[in-house]
Amino acid sequence: MNKEFICILCPNGCDIRVELKEGLIGNLDGALCKLGQEYVRQELFSPQRNIATSVKVEGGTLPLVSVRLTEAIPKERIFDVMDEIKKVKVTAPVATGQIIIPNVLGLGRDVIATKKVDRILNSPQS
Amino acid sequence: MVIQKDVIIVGGGPAGLAAAVRLKELGIEDSLILEREKNPGGILRQCIHDGFGLTRFKEALSGPEYATRFIEKAEELNISYLTDTTVLNISSDKQIIAVSKEGLQEYQAKAIILTTGCRERTRGAISIPGTRPAGIYTAGVAQAYVNLKNMMVGKKVVILGSGDIGLIMARRMTLEGAQVLAVFEILPYASGLPRNIQQCLNDYNIPLYLSHTITDIQGKDRLESITVNKVDENMKPIPGTEIHYECDTLILSVGLIPENELSLLAGVELDHRTKGPIVDENYQTNIDGIFAAGNALHVHDLVDFVSIEAENLAEAAAAYIKNAYLPQCPIRVETDELVGYTVPQKISGNKEIFLSLRVKKPLKNCSIQIVQNGSVIRSKKMRKALPAEMIQIKISKEDFNSSNNIKVVVKDE
Repeated sequence: MNKEFICILCPNGCDIRVELKEGLIGNLDGALCKLGQEYVRQELFSPQRNIATSVKVEGGTLPLVSVRLTEAIPKERIFDVMDEIKKVKVTAPVATGQIIIPNVLGLGRDVIATKKVDRILNSPQS
Repeated sequence: MVIQKDVIIVGGGPAGLAAAVRLKELGIEDSLILEREKNPGGILRQCIHDGFGLTRFKEALSGPEYATRFIEKAEELNISYLTDTTVLNISSDKQIIAVSKEGLQEYQAKAIILTTGCRERTRGAISIPGTRPAGIYTAGVAQAYVNLKNMMVGKKVVILGSGDIGLIMARRMTLEGAQVLAVFEILPYASGLPRNIQQCLNDYNIPLYLSHTITDIQGKDRLESITVNKVDENMKPIPGTEIHYECDTLILSVGLIPENELSLLAGVELDHRTKGPIVDENYQTNIDGIFAAGNALHVHDLVDFVSIEAENLAEAAAAYIKNAYLPQCPIRVETDELVGYTVPQKISGNKEIFLSLRVKKPLKNCSIQIVQNGSVIRSKKMRKALPAEMIQIKISKEDFNSSNNIKVVVKDE
């Protein structure tokens, strides 16, 4: 059986064609780099995705801070992790790279801030 | 009082920041960035998804992180920038009038760099019939509401157009709990990147209907429903193919146009294909000392290319500021009917260049050839070439065989 994949690991977006023999990866064609094979293996056995969203900030110059996971998680856990992130609020200041939720749901990935949010002047905290 | 500057950069997004940093590194001290928003970073501030900077930093950064790398570099180098400052006029002799809360400022620059980005096509630009209810947004506006203002724009969403921002918003709205019913694209192929179709639509089982468009919009105060038709090969709706979708939100991702109102005031000549300035290999427009790069020049699909383009511009602009002169570029880059455009449009033949271009329709197993005097001086084989993906071809100065015009042609393999 042949299967086709679009690799999402880089902007090349390679069209990868794979021959599957009894569930195992046979000939692989179309990948410009060696990451293609690893991507196909993951897609077949355990697809991984990163997610990006935002978290409410109190006392900040912005109402939201953007966040992402340090690394990808199993695709089927995306909405579980979104639910966890939605429960969280942070207080300004927030630094880029600051850990918002460590080891989210025990998946071994942290939720980190991807921008800085300064504290608003004359807010109750200052 | 007129303030004298070596160089003024209009727009503090990724292109403006990269140009400013490179100029400073090249010893141009007297620079100033003018930015109309409250913070630098441009559109990257709202592009919170990851996947930026894979080429440059070998990391999958989010948009804000990518911008932060350049903002921090600019601050480290003490590059001056003014935010909340809007440029009102640029003249062909490089005078700038800007306004901020402090009032009106007048500048005289030796060089001006236009990095004003692009704007979105709207419902008006594509003339969708129907009522005019609330709930219809361009993708970038919806993205700003959700990612910057903490305002959810709707619950039951339809997306028209398969541009990258629309695809990104399909995923974003789904993650936030909205139901995204479908994406409709009038063309027979997607206009966004294949990897975004995969990770934003296929991952969440959102259907993409090609050769479909919206033919009617219903709803009095809030959007209530839309009508969709299949289109024929001339993009005309086919009667009898109407399907009705109940929805409260319509997101439009129907194209981006380089922002050049200021360029026009300065007398900059635009290319009708890119909607950005016609530039030479130095990214100089037809006006001496006025340069352009980034989405203001032509719409990019990857920010890495924006940064590199702006840095190449900075090299040329630094030479211009030091010598008040840049070499002539008499060679025109012509294209055949399969090539949408090239940037630059004019070259000297005495310098290595990277020609950026797009094909007009999806092609398989072709080669893109650069022809001069009837002989192929460069060729790039492509397994697939998509309008969604910008193609770059390097031409070395040894490749040129004369100072006649060159032509970019696409050949089947």
